[in-house]
Amino acid sequence: MTTAYTIQDVAGPSPRTLMWRRITGHVGLMIGLAGLAVVVAVALLAPWLAPHDPYTQDLSRRLVPPVWAEAGSWQNILGTDALGRDYLSRLLYGARVSLLIGFFAALGSGLIGTTLGLLAGYFGGRVDSVVTFLVSARLALPVVLVALAVVSLFGGSLTVVIVVLSLLLWDRFAVVVRSATKQVRANDYIKAARAVGCSTSRILLREVLPNLVSTLAVVGSLEVAHAILLESALSFLGLGVQPPTPSWGLMVAEGKGMIFFDARLVAIPGAAIALLVLCINLIGDGFQDVVAPQGGS
Amino acid sequence: MGSTEPLLTVRDLSVSITVPAGILAAVRSVSFTLDRGETLGIVGESGCGKSMMSMAIMGLLPPHVAVRAETLRFEGMDLLGLPERRMADLRGDRMAMIFQEPMTALNPLLTIGEQLTETYRRHRTAGRREAREKALHLLDRVGIASPERRLGQYPHQLSGGLRQRVMIAMALMCDPDLIIADEPTTALDVTIQAQILALLAELQRESGAAMIFVSHDLGVISRVADKVSVMYAGSEVEGGSTAQVFGAPAHPYTQGLFRCLPNSGLVARGAPLGSIPGVVPSLIGQVSGCMFRPRCALARDACLEAIPTAVVGDGHRARCVAVAAASATATAPQLEVSAP
Repeated sequence: MTTAYTIQDVAGPSPRTLMWRRITGHVGLMIGLAGLAVVVAVALLAPWLAPHDPYTQDLSRRLVPPVWAEAGSWQNILGTDALGRDYLSRLLYGARVSLLIGFFAALGSGLIGTTLGLLAGYFGGRVDSVVTFLVSARLALPVVLVALAVVSLFGGSLTVVIVVLSLLLWDRFAVVVRSATKQVRANDYIKAARAVGCSTSRILLREVLPNLVSTLAVVGSLEVAHAILLESALSFLGLGVQPPTPSWGLMVAEGKGMIFFDARLVAIPGAAIALLVLCINLIGDGFQDVVAPQGGS
Repeated sequence: MGSTEPLLTVRDLSVSITVPAGILAAVRSVSFTLDRGETLGIVGESGCGKSMMSMAIMGLLPPHVAVRAETLRFEGMDLLGLPERRMADLRGDRMAMIFQEPMTALNPLLTIGEQLTETYRRHRTAGRREAREKALHLLDRVGIASPERRLGQYPHQLSGGLRQRVMIAMALMCDPDLIIADEPTTALDVTIQAQILALLAELQRESGAAMIFVSHDLGVISRVADKVSVMYAGSEVEGGSTAQVFGAPAHPYTQGLFRCLPNSGLVARGAPLGSIPGVVPSLIGQVSGCMFRPRCALARDACLEAIPTAVVGDGHRARCVAVAAASATATAPQLEVSAP
């Protein structure tokens, strides 16, 4: 050994601590996370939180006003709907449908889009042309119309809605992952990995994919919000989750006939959808800020 | 195969890329052989095909790049005929590559330890511990203090010089027979450069591996190489032992390169440094004759024809009409290259 080579490390907080500080320091992100945590907790604990069974109808207690109205009582805090079902209980159970569909549709479309994007970005050439064509073809399809057609063919159920949304929402994943893969691919460490004999699948999974995690998290959160909105739209049109399953979109649909007499039937589930989507979008935006190299606003 | 066969035999290696404007011949029939323990220095300016050639030997060029050779044999194997799987088995194991940019050649998301042991475990049926031992040993060998701590660190926690040492350790993980170093010191500052060169030379001497050292820096090449190949526009213009080429450069291009150096002995003290007029020609399309012709003060009509390889000394060769003519009349090549 001819040379001794030492450098003194600068002692500082570990990357994990720094990341944690940036997350907790981001107001929007924290609000979004708190909101989402509440909705997730509500969805998980619905059987214990709900004061009544969401399916039990009581025609003698139809359209009971909420507690803040003159005729309201604490028995039905948010009142009852046109069939006498407790509105609060239905709202709590409805969170389950929204979250399930949002999460699994984003997961399914993420799998499809990421696979296509990785292949297109890494191999380029003909594979890229095929994927680009698929993305263009997918973008040419109006999501709501196709979803409506498929759901009306196969019948509306949680599974059908999740599968249909997975097959329709992968385009953004594919586009983003494709361009990110192209960037990562150009790095020398990909060449270096090939130079030490790594197989293509290993390079894709171990060298490229970990570099895309932050991008995927951002796109994923936006797609969760997108899927939740689409589920609500489909349920509102009567082709999503079928009654009597409580779903926020369905509740808006059921309440729309009464909108001039009892606006709360539309306003409450509508606000719930809007708040959940807002929280998820806040998380997506916040995450983007936090993971960006010069991030942290 | 007899024991006399060199480790690496390259004969008439050509690399060409199809671009919209035509066919770009990046490397034009380059030939050399390399034995264990030898270092071949490849010099040339940017775009002369140095990197393309090393990538071609490693089999790392994308499929749309055509690699042809009369012979491309490594340890008795025909590299061009090997399926990609077998090639991948060789890469990192029998032949390793050191890249130019230590800042980008390490994956930022994997620790040094993961990247080092990955290579070893890919090629050896070795356990985690054995690979770790090997990595520790090599990190120590390349002069990295407290290797245990370094194994758990990420590339951004290391300086450029340290990273290049890690890259060297990575290349040596499987004790390769051939190391291709593609401008390994270009991205480093001069003091670190000297340390890395000394380290490379020492490690190579110790392991007995053959090395191809690609650089555009004549000074660097003179320090590490046993033999030199000067490339211009994709072809070798002059080759020979380092002493031959550096002691008595024969080709006008090589002489022009030395004239650009302050202490080459070709420029008088106080006189302005030389430069080679003109630019490297386009490599697209068919070319005949000498590619250096448009920039050469000795250009003549014969330069448009096929260029003979003039033997200047034992193993010292130059592809130049003027040199061939001069050596035919048995006079030492005295060439006039105008310095502006």
